[in-house]
Amino acid sequence: MSKGKDRPDLPQVRLESGIEVKPVYTADDIAATAIAADDIAPPGEYPFTRGIHPLMYRRRPFTMRQYAGFGTPEETRRRFAYLMERGQTGLNVAFDLPTQVGLDSDDPQAEGEVGRVGMAVDTLADMETAFEGIDLNEITVSLTINGSAPIIMAMYFALAEKRGYDLSSLRGTAQNDILKEFVSRNTWIFPVEPSVKMVGDTIEYCARHLPRYSPVSVCGYHIREAGADPVQEMAYAFLIARAYIDHSLERGLSVDDFASRLSFNFDIHGNFFEQIAKFRAGRRLWARIVKEDYGARNPRSGWLRMIAGGGGGGLTIEQPENNIARSAYYALISTLSGTQTMALCTYDEAYTIPTEKAARIALRTMQLLTTEMGITDTVDPLAGSYYVETLTNQMESLIRQEMDRVESAGGIVKAISQGEIQARVARQAYAWEKGLRDGSIRKVGVNCFVEEEEERQVEFHPYDEGAAARQVRSLKRVRSQRDASRVAGALAALETAARQGQNLVEPCIRAVSVYASVGEITTVLKRVFGTYREPRIF
Amino acid sequence: MEGRRTRVLLAKPGLDGHDRGIKVLALGLRDAGFDVIYTGLRQSVDTIAQTALEEDVQVVGLSILSGSHLPICKKMRQAMDRAGLGDRMWLVGGNIPDRDRPILMELGVSQVFPTGTPIDQVAEYIQHHLEEHTS
Repeated sequence: MSKGKDRPDLPQVRLESGIEVKPVYTADDIAATAIAADDIAPPGEYPFTRGIHPLMYRRRPFTMRQYAGFGTPEETRRRFAYLMERGQTGLNVAFDLPTQVGLDSDDPQAEGEVGRVGMAVDTLADMETAFEGIDLNEITVSLTINGSAPIIMAMYFALAEKRGYDLSSLRGTAQNDILKEFVSRNTWIFPVEPSVKMVGDTIEYCARHLPRYSPVSVCGYHIREAGADPVQEMAYAFLIARAYIDHSLERGLSVDDFASRLSFNFDIHGNFFEQIAKFRAGRRLWARIVKEDYGARNPRSGWLRMIAGGGGGGLTIEQPENNIARSAYYALISTLSGTQTMALCTYDEAYTIPTEKAARIALRTMQLLTTEMGITDTVDPLAGSYYVETLTNQMESLIRQEMDRVESAGGIVKAISQGEIQARVARQAYAWEKGLRDGSIRKVGVNCFVEEEEERQVEFHPYDEGAAARQVRSLKRVRSQRDASRVAGALAALETAARQGQNLVEPCIRAVSVYASVGEITTVLKRVFGTYREPRIF
Repeated sequence: MEGRRTRVLLAKPGLDGHDRGIKVLALGLRDAGFDVIYTGLRQSVDTIAQTALEEDVQVVGLSILSGSHLPICKKMRQAMDRAGLGDRMWLVGGNIPDRDRPILMELGVSQVFPTGTPIDQVAEYIQHHLEEHTS
């Protein structure tokens, strides 16, 4: 790599990942950084740098899947309908914090949090309400749930079964990436080991019974939101995905039984070309890892299927309307990176749950790209660019290096259990903050192009104080109407299965089917597995 | 107390898992010369008040980004009173809309620092206003 030596009079440009950007690139740079002869194979061919499908968006544009949910299931269903009527092609369900950490809406710890950052779910009845009238074969549903994922997934499967869908062809995705929750987002419930075991349960169950369902969406997104740079984002996500693969192999599954159903969730903000190179490099590296390290025979096993969305971390509180323009660039990056699914944080998201208007603008931003810009006409239009291909090569090498560093230090599960990744990411978030203050990082409206007397014209999504009360009433009604002895029986069976180390998905399905609640099931599992304690790193 | 560094307890009450801000603040306040104790996530208001008492801190800072700052701070007010921390400097940071600031100040919050506040501003506030509080 030449370091600006071509033009020593110019200021150096260094990307977040540490790569120095030259003022001019040529074919020599691609050759000097090349990794293997098949680096730029045609789209749809291993190692998939240019895309996992031969025709990509020319055949079908990316799925548009805004994150949505708040209040009661009734209110959330109305927002779903609003988005679907306006052309959204997938659903991405936000759950409230009590649901995410396994508490019922009437738990004292849930007070003030019910329905606030997502939809409240206590029992299967809530899922029945939320998806009433929605054809689960027509639109794919992504469940953003982690700590309590086995329970909420069980509810979704039970709901589908009850409504007569064939589970063997049911599609959809659960986030269900618990390892990243210990680094960021933090909706953990159980200690690391049983948490990973339960992810393994869902992978195994889906491999056997729901082969078209994606049981895990491994998230670099939230790790980056917590402060990681783009290289770490990809490296930690791949290491976490490997941890799930290794665990599943230990159970006796073969890699081709499940690897093609693993999906990924990544973040977009920061340098335009660095993000695009990150995704092209990541797609290629993942294909190589799955084939070379795991011996996968099915090419699909190494497909990096992803949702790449405009990240909240790039948006600003200051001059919030600027976030509409930022998100449009993020959407462009996502498209040029060959994403399967896109979601954009809305311009008001630093303040509030998105209003209808803000959610609509985000959806329209994506639709503008697919309908007006011709962006979907041809596959991977940046392929062959001296700069993009060179950067792609450099990013692949750096991601691989960071993965090797963590693995040689004992692996990702150990690094997360001991808080090493958390501390590293927090230190980087602090370095970013210092960069903003000393001006070495520039952010429009924050430390340059600042408005003195700022008018923050953000309309707030109203928090409905009555929603919590309605949710608690409906939970009490379900509790009084269900067959208490069947609930007790199902919970006892679940506890036995947990103590015996059995797969817990089926016992969870049986429990939710008789309307056992999220809190009741979690209580049983806590009794068996205990509760996670954060490592003291501060 | 002469020669003693100002002790600050930073805490995450409720179920909110957003801890980037509070970790960055902990690192920044430490660099600015404060003794910082961070509780970790999902602390009850009583645990936070009890920790403040045991650690003998002069400042209690809560970080809340889930939007539930009003119900949490109402409970925190009572917990601080029960623990006899009524006059301790109490800071609240996070995703706090301007319109909620007067409500929090009415509850006895010393100052509100919305997301995006520079760390220096928090450090300076503590240095300049600590005398107004008994500890």
